[in-house]
Amino acid sequence: MHVGLNHFLILSAILFSLGLFGVVTRKNTIMVLMGIELILNSANINFIAFSRFGSFGLTGQVIAIFVIILAAAEAAILLAIVLNIYQQLNTVNVDEIDKLKN
Amino acid sequence: MSWYDVLFYFFAAVAVFSAVGVVFSRNIVHAAFYLMFTLFSVAALYVLLSADFIAVTQILLYVGGILVLIVFGVMLTSRVYDVAVKESLLSVLPAAIVVGVIAGTLVWIFATTKWPQTNMAPYEETAKPIGSLLMTQFVLPFELASVLLLAALVGAVVIARREKVQKGVE
Repeated sequence: MHVGLNHFLILSAILFSLGLFGVVTRKNTIMVLMGIELILNSANINFIAFSRFGSFGLTGQVIAIFVIILAAAEAAILLAIVLNIYQQLNTVNVDEIDKLKN
Repeated sequence: MSWYDVLFYFFAAVAVFSAVGVVFSRNIVHAAFYLMFTLFSVAALYVLLSADFIAVTQILLYVGGILVLIVFGVMLTSRVYDVAVKESLLSVLPAAIVVGVIAGTLVWIFATTKWPQTNMAPYEETAKPIGSLLMTQFVLPFELASVLLLAALVGAVVIARREKVQKGVE
């Protein structure tokens, strides 16, 4: 079967599900960040596949650039927060950071 | 099968297998390296989609920037040579059920919908048209994104160095 739009879409669905699974199950905050990066990548595959096979011109690729920019900003912010949390609480596991609970 | 199909299946397999490695690897450093393989093969898939500029941006920004940031985070927050890097998973079974349902729904939607498709245009270089699009139709989001990136990076520096700043003020 010739590779077409559906192949790329299904690949991105698989990557999205794996990333979501990582976000939900991982304890370490940095692993959660890696899952988010997987999700953003799968979204980008969708944008670019539609930009290639649909009739939208290059708009999808421009949006993909914005997604990459947002991913960079988000990674920088999250790592700064993680470093701060590590200095304060000496852990980066999401199930142990529960100071606000009590 | 043409070369295009062979390359697609190869890079798709690499991407999926290393994504599985990212999600299930016990060692964070291994997971970071698996993530590098995933990002590289996604860049290769962008090339197959004739998005050359995005592919290069992906390699430069994701592999060269974000992945390095992640590895820095790993090095600074966990004792890498300890066993402390290993970690257990939270609530695997409910997560697997929910994610399985979501994945099945997505694949079903993607496989059964008749997407309106045009014939594939022949490959053209994309850097120049993307540049002019960013300067004409998308100039407002472009400027917003640059301001956002500046604010985010300054904020990241401030957050990460808060102790030093407070000492300086006092």
